[in-house]
Amino acid sequence: MMNTSTTNKILLDVRDVAREFDVSKPWLNRVIEGQPKLILKAVDGVSFTINRGETLSLVGESGCGKSTIARVVCGLYRPSRGEVVFDGVDMAKASTETQQQLRKRFQMIFQDPYASLNPRWRVGKIIAEPLIAHGIMTDKVQIKKRVDELLTQVGLSPLDQEKFPHEFSGGQRQRISIARALSSNPEFLVCDEPTSALDVSVQAQILNLMKDLQREFGLTYLFISHNLAVVSHISTRVGVMYLGRLVEVADTKTIFNRPLHPYTQMLLSAIPDLKMTGKQRTPVAGEVPNPLNPPTGCTFHPRCPHANDRCKAEAPKMLMAEDGSSVACHAVQEKRMPIRLAA
Amino acid sequence: MTTPLLEVKNLRVQFPTRRGLLTAVDDISFSIAPGEVLGVVGESGAGKSLTGAAIIGLLEPPGRIASGEILLNGRRIDNLPFDEFRKIRGREIGAIFQDPLTSLNPLYTIGRQIIETILTHLPLTPTQARQRAIDLLNEVGIPAAEKRIDHYPHQFSGGMRQRVVISLALAAEPKLIIADEPTTALDVSIQAQIITLIKKLCRENGTSVLLVTHDMGVIAETADRVAVMYAGRIAEIGPVSEVIHSPRHPYTVGLMGAIPSVGESTERLTQIDGSMPRLNAIPSGCAFNPRCTRKAEVGARCTSERPSLLPAGKTEASCWLYASTTADKKQTVNA
Repeated sequence: MMNTSTTNKILLDVRDVAREFDVSKPWLNRVIEGQPKLILKAVDGVSFTINRGETLSLVGESGCGKSTIARVVCGLYRPSRGEVVFDGVDMAKASTETQQQLRKRFQMIFQDPYASLNPRWRVGKIIAEPLIAHGIMTDKVQIKKRVDELLTQVGLSPLDQEKFPHEFSGGQRQRISIARALSSNPEFLVCDEPTSALDVSVQAQILNLMKDLQREFGLTYLFISHNLAVVSHISTRVGVMYLGRLVEVADTKTIFNRPLHPYTQMLLSAIPDLKMTGKQRTPVAGEVPNPLNPPTGCTFHPRCPHANDRCKAEAPKMLMAEDGSSVACHAVQEKRMPIRLAA
Repeated sequence: MTTPLLEVKNLRVQFPTRRGLLTAVDDISFSIAPGEVLGVVGESGAGKSLTGAAIIGLLEPPGRIASGEILLNGRRIDNLPFDEFRKIRGREIGAIFQDPLTSLNPLYTIGRQIIETILTHLPLTPTQARQRAIDLLNEVGIPAAEKRIDHYPHQFSGGMRQRVVISLALAAEPKLIIADEPTTALDVSIQAQIITLIKKLCRENGTSVLLVTHDMGVIAETADRVAVMYAGRIAEIGPVSEVIHSPRHPYTVGLMGAIPSVGESTERLTQIDGSMPRLNAIPSGCAFNPRCTRKAEVGARCTSERPSLLPAGKTEASCWLYASTTADKKQTVNA
């Protein structure tokens, strides 16, 4: 899948990662009611790579496992299977020391700017925390200078470091989260729905800021979102997830102009149309199945207009197309589906 | 123009607090024609939900209508006593709220809740009411309605629950539905289904809808006219295509530019610097003036005098840019 000449180009390589959660009832209830253990496969065999300086976005509906991936990549969850390779080092197998070295190089931005900042800490302390935790700086004067610099970079005033988080609006708080994430000079940021809790005009400010910072510092982003318009604006490549699996990965242009997987096509046609070209949305019947009891074969087959017996029996594998995009769909691979161009 | 179904005149909603009187909705006027869908958009805190709550008489104390009138079919409803209003709520004005889980009672089957609404408002026997409830559930696209009617809300998925809430709002065939962020809690694919459903039902029954949302895409697809709210005031109101394609108010222009759209490769989004003022610190004059990029074209008037809705192209915008030379316009359009 990966050849050696591109190794140094690839910053993050996620290989066949799965993450399961035990959601069974307590042991005693299980014994009394005679029920087996319940395992929820939140992420089931996901592989992708992210090149330096690019933005890979993962999109999908709620419960498709996109946030779980973000947490696995950051090391907040251990993968049940598979490996996360950051800059050539397998995170799980690395020594604690190497892991600590690597942890400096990536940071995370979370969805809810109200919950991700400690309400009892001043902004200056919040932003300086990674510097102190990673032992990057110890000198107080130096730290203060760095915090000043960071606050200016994200469009706030150095005077703001004496304030508490509650004194800021949602957008400003997200700027504080970004300043905190940038403080240890990371190369890689995992952004889990960073703008979902924000209003559109504030969202525009944050997206512009993230793009500016990426250009300035050569940052690499893993961007998680359910908003396709935001994703199309910010990403280099897009991965579409459904029920814990990646169904399609392609360049942003390719995926929005020529979606291959029936689920991607469905998602794209479901976006409300601002231009009002009179295009009728094609609402797809059905809903996301319960992940505790996913359908056999291709998990999308109950909602798919192109499903046949093979789709019901056999899970499709991710196969690479000529243009570098990959898709997991029998119908596409057997060429029995008309390629549809998005309007 | 036909007589409007709903007329809101100079509505002002205020919250008396320890720190003073907060005006959340400040002197807004609009009307909805029969069968029309009016979208209300704005950012959080713009007062869009409160406008909906004021119309249906569900303002949470200490919030209250401080002045203005709300007329439904020419009858004034904002000053009705509580018991009188109960006869209107559900019968003449239906409501759909954002979170379908909190708008249904988890302890009763959905059938019981729908039948209760029907029996309260329509002269039907319990058997007839049950049949009507099943018909309603069929109409909103719930499969096996005869069986599902006896299920509890937790047995439904989010999209299905929102369908139940819609059938509940339609139960007594109201003339007006207040839909407050009906699709915000749902995934895109389900959102598309719900919007199509609301559109279809309104077309078939001739129901008017006040659609409150922050999602411009939903408005573009569903509404006939749209009101853009900012800091408790209407910044711009007009036909949807006009407001989206050629917005007049500087705020609407900024707002439209801030929405990323699929397939368009813009390097940067237009951004409106700053944020919406807090209710206790609304600037004098036009509430948008500290963030406005075109303030210089008008001058001191923006900070001293509040603009009312002025005709601007095919829409109306409350912005001094569209005042013709002197203050003479102000009197004529203060309707």
